[in-house]
Amino acid sequence: MIALRILLIAAAACGLALAQQTAPQPIVLQNATIHTVTKGTFSGSIVIRNGMIAEVGDKVLAPMGAKIIDLSGKHITPGLIDCHTHIALVSTNEGSVSVSSMVAMRDVIDPEDPAIFRDLAGGTTTANLLHGSANAIGGLNVVIKMRWGSDADGLVMKEAKPGIKFALGENPKRAGQGAQSPFGGNAQTPRYPGTRMGVEDVIREAFLEARQYQASWKDYETRRARGENVLAPRRNMKLDPLVEVLEGKRLVHAHCYRADEILMLLRVAEEFGFKIATLQHALEGYKVAKEIKAHGAGVSTFSDWWSYKIEAYDAIPYNAALLTKKGVLTSLNSDDAGGADVSTRLNTEAAKTIKYGGLSADEALALVTINPARQLGIDQYVGSIEAGKQADIVVYDKDPLSIYSKVEKVFIDGRQYFDRDEDLLARPRREADKKGLLEKEKAAEKADAPQKRRPS
Amino acid sequence: MVHRLFPLTLLLLAAAALLTADPPSRVAIRDARVYTVSGPVLEKATVLIKDGLIEAVGENVPIPVGVTVIDGTGLNVYPGLIDALSTWGIAELAAPVPPAGGARGGAQPAPAIPAPATPATPQQPQPRARGPEDRPNTFTWVKAADLVKPSDRRIETARSAGFTTAVTFPRQGILAGHGAVINLAGENGGDMVVDPAVGLYTTLTTGGFANFPGSLMGAMAYLRQIWIDAAYYRAAKEAYAKDPVAIVRPSYDRALEGLLETHRLLIPAFSRVQIERMLRFGAEFKTPFVLYGGQEAFRTADQLKKAGVPVILNVKWPAKERESDPEEIPSLRTLQLRDKAPTTPAVLAAAGVPFAISSEGLDTPKDMLKALKKSIDVGLKPADAIRALTLSAAEIYGVASRLGSIDKGKIANLTVVKGDLFDEKSKVEMVFIDGKKYLPAPEAPAPPRPTGATPAGEAQ
Repeated sequence: MIALRILLIAAAACGLALAQQTAPQPIVLQNATIHTVTKGTFSGSIVIRNGMIAEVGDKVLAPMGAKIIDLSGKHITPGLIDCHTHIALVSTNEGSVSVSSMVAMRDVIDPEDPAIFRDLAGGTTTANLLHGSANAIGGLNVVIKMRWGSDADGLVMKEAKPGIKFALGENPKRAGQGAQSPFGGNAQTPRYPGTRMGVEDVIREAFLEARQYQASWKDYETRRARGENVLAPRRNMKLDPLVEVLEGKRLVHAHCYRADEILMLLRVAEEFGFKIATLQHALEGYKVAKEIKAHGAGVSTFSDWWSYKIEAYDAIPYNAALLTKKGVLTSLNSDDAGGADVSTRLNTEAAKTIKYGGLSADEALALVTINPARQLGIDQYVGSIEAGKQADIVVYDKDPLSIYSKVEKVFIDGRQYFDRDEDLLARPRREADKKGLLEKEKAAEKADAPQKRRPS
Repeated sequence: MVHRLFPLTLLLLAAAALLTADPPSRVAIRDARVYTVSGPVLEKATVLIKDGLIEAVGENVPIPVGVTVIDGTGLNVYPGLIDALSTWGIAELAAPVPPAGGARGGAQPAPAIPAPATPATPQQPQPRARGPEDRPNTFTWVKAADLVKPSDRRIETARSAGFTTAVTFPRQGILAGHGAVINLAGENGGDMVVDPAVGLYTTLTTGGFANFPGSLMGAMAYLRQIWIDAAYYRAAKEAYAKDPVAIVRPSYDRALEGLLETHRLLIPAFSRVQIERMLRFGAEFKTPFVLYGGQEAFRTADQLKKAGVPVILNVKWPAKERESDPEEIPSLRTLQLRDKAPTTPAVLAAAGVPFAISSEGLDTPKDMLKALKKSIDVGLKPADAIRALTLSAAEIYGVASRLGSIDKGKIANLTVVKGDLFDEKSKVEMVFIDGKKYLPAPEAPAPPRPTGATPAGEAQ
């Protein structure tokens, strides 16, 4: 059924081909089932040029000198996006204070964390690296692409909107409960807050302080304009990001579980005139979907992971589907910490919403592609297969919503970063390298040994 | 009153100097092979010392009458060796300091040594630091120059191994204090100091959930904030000085006063990822900085070269731990690091990245030479190894006009060795420090060990 639908234009002049060598070679992914997520699913081809999707359709025009990859029988999705993870980080929590907005995950990216490669192998190409949930107001997040092999700077997706982590409920209050705290608090000097009321108070106090700070800068500008001799306020790294939140320049990603605390946060945000971008986890989100929708917040939740603590008991696997049906922008995330786990199979996490809640295939895939892209402010670049977007593409051997599917190839910015066959081939080589080094060490030890036995 | 006393004091000092000046003020080492480091090796040359400085060096230097002559036949003369990151001279810091950072992480455990200027008593836990404003683990007012004493017994061990100079730092805290270039001999601490403040030592130590900063990112944020605070403090002081009526008097802050004296920053970075991270971070401060640790710098030579940032190498090369489980097979990454770390000096030299050597983590000063021998065996040019131990260290700390090479006018710090410096069988015959001759201790003294003092003032 899948016929060759590509019109090949013969490369007429070698000179032209030479001139093109500086630009990356265009790629044509041919004859696959393409799950565009936003424009339906069909069999066709994709042209990648200069890292971007140049053309998608049942028929495409193959550029001169393009590398043609035949994918008959294969499936293609956009690169999956994980809206909440803690992989590739050296530290997760600045848990010593209740407001840690001065710290930035950008500072502690570990580009050599193997979890990046494992994410790639699972089709996840973009992730939101969030601060932990030890404090009411946490650190600044960073969005990365899994450009395995590049340095920290090369991983950062610079187009993403800046954001910050908030956290409600048990984690920020338990961190304050002294020695019993799973976070290893200090028994002599427990940290405020110790209750949900306190969490709310910490957030409100922080924004009152931020408002004052904002006003002090405005006052300074006014007085300086009048020609007064006045010192500029001292720059405060804790308050600068909160002023950005007040001014709508920074997205809030808030860890939460219970319906009551979700409503609390929405009220506080509305009191101060800012919006919550995403409610993270929000396992009871289905109870207050209408209110979440009215505020305009998104939700990033789990498919069917709950009951690991009291506040996570009243959860149902229908959460994502119910929220979607109420018109809430919803995504599924991994919350992986200490290694890649759920983030290596976000596609099947999405598939569960078809069984629990009856979402369509496109709606399910959207939970791990275009929806998290919208939540992170990167939907004009990634999240679907459309001409003009960055060529972040996953090739599966079967339908990506089947648990039997395997990721075969992954492209980011049009460059192939993962190939299942190549990885399998490289494994014996790495083993041989290891064996060689071990033998070299042993030989060196032997060479050193006689000297050690020499009488002194 | 002061003015009247001053000339008298000078006279007394001069008299004292005359009394102690029993060693000859002029010495010549002749017919030795001289490694000038700044220039070529002179096969048969004379070094003339006068009043603690090098008066002349060359193959045809006439030896004046009345000079003590040392026959240098068969001897190699090097500029005095420099430990570029040391605690020598501060006896309280004799305990080994953990190396900078882990393989992947950026944080390192706090050295278990109380800051000498503010001894912490273990019975009284420090009040919890709740943010940058509490100036956690900050000792910017501490200066190694105020702490060094010639009585530290490690000094003689170091001299016996050929070291004449150390760049010594206080070690505790995120901002531990200012390092000094010291000569390893003197009547008192003040005599030893060649430059009292050459750099501020940072550790990025973290305090867990109990104390801010509890994470690497927190420590980095703290450094940024205190830097902002110091710049603000300076601006406020200047504005106040100009207009004490309109401007509110800034409140005195010794942490910021100390920070404003920073000549350069020493920042820990061990692995490739840490080096890249700290190159980016260090550049934010618009102050010269040096990375210390750097064992995986063989992977980052290009970045270091491009940034123009020197490295103080920790040469305790990673190796299989003696008591490690023989069944346990390390990761490929670990094996590669063990294999390649000793190539770091050669890689840096080839790339033109300035580097010097630290005694950090080693049992004896001699181990620095052994470690470099290992690097020579895998491709480091001996001349580059010598340079790292001498002129490069002096250049990195801005004291090369006085130390680091055998040139006219420089401080007469010399290391005289029978045989090649890196040959284990070679013997250090003597060293000169400020022109004064010191013979090595007759028997190799026992390696310096911690004095058994119980660690106090640990974070947490």
